[in-house]
Amino acid sequence: MRLDVVIETATRASRTGAVVAIGVIAAVASMPWWAGSGTMRTGVELLYYLALAQVWNLMAGYGGLISFGQQAFIGIGGYALVLFAYRLGLDPYLTLAIGSALAGLFAWPMSKLLFRLHGAYFAVGTWIVAECWRLVFANWSWLGGGSGISITATVRGIEPWWREALAFWLAALIGLGSIAGVYLLLRSRFGLALMALRDSEVASESIGISVTQLKTWVYVVAAAAFGLVGGLIFLTKLRISPDSAVSINWSVTIVFIVVVGGIGTIEGPIIGVVLYFLLREYLADYGAIYMIVFGLLAITVMLTLKGGIWGTVQRRFDLHFFPVQRRLRSSQQTLNST
Amino acid sequence: MANLLDTLLQGTLLGGRYALMAIGLSLAFGVMRLVNVAHGDFIVLAAYLALVTVNALGLHPLSALLIVVPAMAMLGYAVQRGLLNRAIGRDIMPALLITFGLSVIIQNSLLEVFSADSRRLQAGNLSSTGVSFADGISMGWFPLMTLATAALTIGGLEQFFRRSRLGRAFRAVSDDPEIVQLMGYDPRHVHALAMAVAFATVGIAGTFFGIGTIFDPALGPPQLLFAFEAVIIGGMGSLWGTLAGSMVLGIAQAIGFRIDPGWGILFGHAAFLIILAVRPQGLFPRTRDA
Repeated sequence: MRLDVVIETATRASRTGAVVAIGVIAAVASMPWWAGSGTMRTGVELLYYLALAQVWNLMAGYGGLISFGQQAFIGIGGYALVLFAYRLGLDPYLTLAIGSALAGLFAWPMSKLLFRLHGAYFAVGTWIVAECWRLVFANWSWLGGGSGISITATVRGIEPWWREALAFWLAALIGLGSIAGVYLLLRSRFGLALMALRDSEVASESIGISVTQLKTWVYVVAAAAFGLVGGLIFLTKLRISPDSAVSINWSVTIVFIVVVGGIGTIEGPIIGVVLYFLLREYLADYGAIYMIVFGLLAITVMLTLKGGIWGTVQRRFDLHFFPVQRRLRSSQQTLNST
Repeated sequence: MANLLDTLLQGTLLGGRYALMAIGLSLAFGVMRLVNVAHGDFIVLAAYLALVTVNALGLHPLSALLIVVPAMAMLGYAVQRGLLNRAIGRDIMPALLITFGLSVIIQNSLLEVFSADSRRLQAGNLSSTGVSFADGISMGWFPLMTLATAALTIGGLEQFFRRSRLGRAFRAVSDDPEIVQLMGYDPRHVHALAMAVAFATVGIAGTFFGIGTIFDPALGPPQLLFAFEAVIIGGMGSLWGTLAGSMVLGIAQAIGFRIDPGWGILFGHAAFLIILAVRPQGLFPRTRDA
């Protein structure tokens, strides 16, 4: 008997999702005309956390690289603004690209060194390297030294509404773009290799995937993305210090967002970001409590819900808004393969 | 010359403090292949525990060890049995992320309870007196005591691993968690006992840390990083290696501090990265696993 088989990469949810996505993009893009200043600021923050979480999830959930040191690249992106835009007078928006490129460039030799450590050791190693960057910025008085520096002068002359709108659109482009980017990447050959790597390094090596090369690429691309977002963050804050730029708190927040939302899924970081902002909003009056609550939540999820909130939903309802797996479908049945 | 000798001496003494902090981390590495990211925060927690004990009972901070060490050991047993045993296995991610979460919870809880103010355990003369050899070279009694305590703790633990039945079970569980069942032990219980021993040393480290320097709730992560560097420089699975690694780290930092106060910590990190580049297995590795 001949079996007619088609390989499907779309699901019903993903087709519905595409329609929703177009609506979301339209609503977000038009926000500067109808939303207030406070909403916009929260929006920018939410969007850049979304981008950071997506990229961290790409590294950790798919590439198997758990880094606690991505704040190094946020710092490099931020300090590129100080150096090139504030000190050397280049266009601040152009500087975002420079910061991103520099972050990627520095990530390459850093990966050579850090890849000597594996797993948990790698995670702490990245943190140490980030600390080195923090100390370098703190000792570099031309860039503001330990107490930091205001870079308001770089955006002087740009009309405030226009500046806010531009920052928002950039954040939207990077935030929503990160979802699209990670999605397309994972559906490509590259993504297949990456998922093979996540499942077994040894097995993927044996089918011709160069593990080190692939990991280096992921690390460098993630660094460039963090550098870009770092630049954007401090272009909206307009004040930077080593402690705020290269802070472990970036990693803490991103890790919690990804773990609670669902590591290794594209939907997970989206849910995690929304949950994080809701918690922060409601617990804002209680000081450090929201970090304690979020920490407890992350540990509980880690112990009881494998794959976080979205991983559980996915297993339960077979719901995929961003299907990255291929399914074999015949007239009789659907075979699943991840 | 006197300058150089003094720098080396101060670096060695600083190394003693790091060694005391690194023992617990090294033990958890060695026995359970576990990287406890909250290690530094547990050290700071122990310092606060000592502070509370001293304030409540009016004891000398060193006598607070009698309470802090058993209390931390019990906490270690509970953390391992209740939390981490469920997370250790082939996948390192759960344990890593759980301890990362613990780190944040401890830091913020200490902040809520004790505020961000700096504290110190008052040990009277002990923390201010020392001995002076020649002009420019002097040594505080307390740092010397810290170094001696670190060396004694390591020596004691090495004997314990070699000679006692439980110590052998620790080494066995490190090689193969299944095999200790043949010795009549439950691996979960052995893991929890190992963590209790590790946390007992964290209790000592925390108390000494609180006497030796001012502390606040945010100081956990740097202690983790120093302890981690000492373990990696020394080579995994060897406590004497950890002591040597601590010395390298302490001396590197002391040289940095001497050149420019802003560079001390950076020099320590640089020493770690150089070792990682030229001898990634560390100076005296025993465990072949990373």
